[in-house]
Amino acid sequence: MATVALPRRRKRDLLEQRRFLAPALIAPALIFVGLLVGAPLVMAVYLSLTNATAGSLTGDFVGFENFTEQWSDPNFRTALRNTVVFTLLANAIVVVGAAILSHFLVRDFRGKWIARFLILLPWAAPVPLSTIGFLWIFDSLFSVVNWVLVHLSLVNEFNPPQWLGEPNKALAAITSVHAWRLLPFATVIMIAGLASIPKEVDDAARVDGATGLKKLWFVTLPLQLPIATIAVLFGIVFTATDMAVVYILTRGGPFNSTQMLPMWAFQTGIQAGSLGPGAAVALFLLPVLALVTVLMLLFAKRVEVT
Amino acid sequence: MPLRRLDKLVTWLVVGPFAIVLAFPFYWMLQTSLKSEIDLYNVENVPFAFGEGSPTLDNYRFLFEETQYARWLLNTVLVGLAVVVITLAVAMPAGYALARLSGRWGQSLGVGIFLVYLVPPTLLFLPLSRVIAEVGLQDRLASLILVYPGFTIPFATWPLMGFFKSIPRELEDAALVDGASRIRTLVRIVFPISLPGILTVVIFTFSLCVNEFVYAIAFITASDSKVISTGIYTELIRGDVFYWGALMASTLIPSIPLALLYNTFLDRFIAGFTGGAFR
Repeated sequence: MATVALPRRRKRDLLEQRRFLAPALIAPALIFVGLLVGAPLVMAVYLSLTNATAGSLTGDFVGFENFTEQWSDPNFRTALRNTVVFTLLANAIVVVGAAILSHFLVRDFRGKWIARFLILLPWAAPVPLSTIGFLWIFDSLFSVVNWVLVHLSLVNEFNPPQWLGEPNKALAAITSVHAWRLLPFATVIMIAGLASIPKEVDDAARVDGATGLKKLWFVTLPLQLPIATIAVLFGIVFTATDMAVVYILTRGGPFNSTQMLPMWAFQTGIQAGSLGPGAAVALFLLPVLALVTVLMLLFAKRVEVT
Repeated sequence: MPLRRLDKLVTWLVVGPFAIVLAFPFYWMLQTSLKSEIDLYNVENVPFAFGEGSPTLDNYRFLFEETQYARWLLNTVLVGLAVVVITLAVAMPAGYALARLSGRWGQSLGVGIFLVYLVPPTLLFLPLSRVIAEVGLQDRLASLILVYPGFTIPFATWPLMGFFKSIPRELEDAALVDGASRIRTLVRIVFPISLPGILTVVIFTFSLCVNEFVYAIAFITASDSKVISTGIYTELIRGDVFYWGALMASTLIPSIPLALLYNTFLDRFIAGFTGGAFR
């Protein structure tokens, strides 16, 4: 009896020790992440260096050919430019909007609950679904935006803007949907940032005679900056890598004018079956993401130190 | 007193327009979903008012009776629940270990795991779609259940760590002194106390699954295995025929309950998120 019980007890004792218990509890998470993110990432890098096509996971090694070929592809160039422009534009709108909104939403006022609910809706509702709502809002014949503009006599009734059919307007439409979607998220982060400013800072500012705009500019905004940066970094990752909005609104059209990197990677890799080039397109995002990650870590460190 | 009034007025003047613009698409979905076909496609009609045959529930009836909408809803819920279970089973122990058992490197490892969340599906879907095809999971919900934990686990571990950190250590120590094992303490004391936090993570993990689009569209093309995020767009929009009334009904139905849950749990979620960082 004792010989059977002994190993079991030893195993239990082992689990009581922090040295063994902690790794045992963390290991499954690391394994999942390694298999589902690490391994595919490595495979993506490998694929991007081969001429693999749909139906296989291997191909001949072609070096950086996929990258150089994409670099000279006009569609890729458009995609790269659009991704950069619209990511920056959407996030600029979001930051300004969220900074304003958070200053007011952090206060207490009547009807705050309902205001907050309405403001959070775009972030809380699934994007692929709300984007279909925008498809209808920007419809070529029945666009409610155009109806309002026509009745305000701002646009010609017989030649209304085609929001999704003209290159620049389509890009503007995609940008605004992204800004619309991200604004609540950034606002929430900034409210959390404002709420975490200690009350002593407020008091000290008052004693030193800083009020109103002066306080906003010299005290509140600098303290809000680190958390605002975090909001922007997240925003950049979410917009630059999103495919749902572009896919649903324009599929990169008209004539590839609203092409974005993720969309182009999907069309190249899945729809056209060129796995290697597709992976190369997707990987163009990696340096940007890496940079964002490093910046985030630096900021996280600064927040921890203070 | 008048100054205070002015303050309130300014607050509403700023917050009001934001709220209207941000919520408008949902109001518009509702309005459209209640309109009859003749009303909807008559250019003479004022779109903000109801015309002939409206309001009606026909679009909702069409959606549930003539399309596979109910099936996609069910699929979405199945995938979401399965992923939530896997995520909790993996992320709860990890979050606890990072919060309590591991010292200095715990924080760094926590940050590291969370940063994985930032690696987007757009980077990974090409190799993963090949692997999924290779193991024969294409067009099966299992493919999504298998792959989604790749982003839900990194996402959930961080706030869970925050929630566990906020539990007083004395509670656990008391149980440990009484002779309970670590695991037993974890299951009997730590997890039940953190239930509100865990529920919060459940809501947000589920919502991430409903939001996912790239994997869902890359892995699944069979219409009865589709989930809501891709099903509506790929099945209810056929060529140039748009069932706008039904489409708007279909986007509104999942959005509203999710938004309500989100709103209810948001504050707690933020507490968990910042609890991981600032304690």
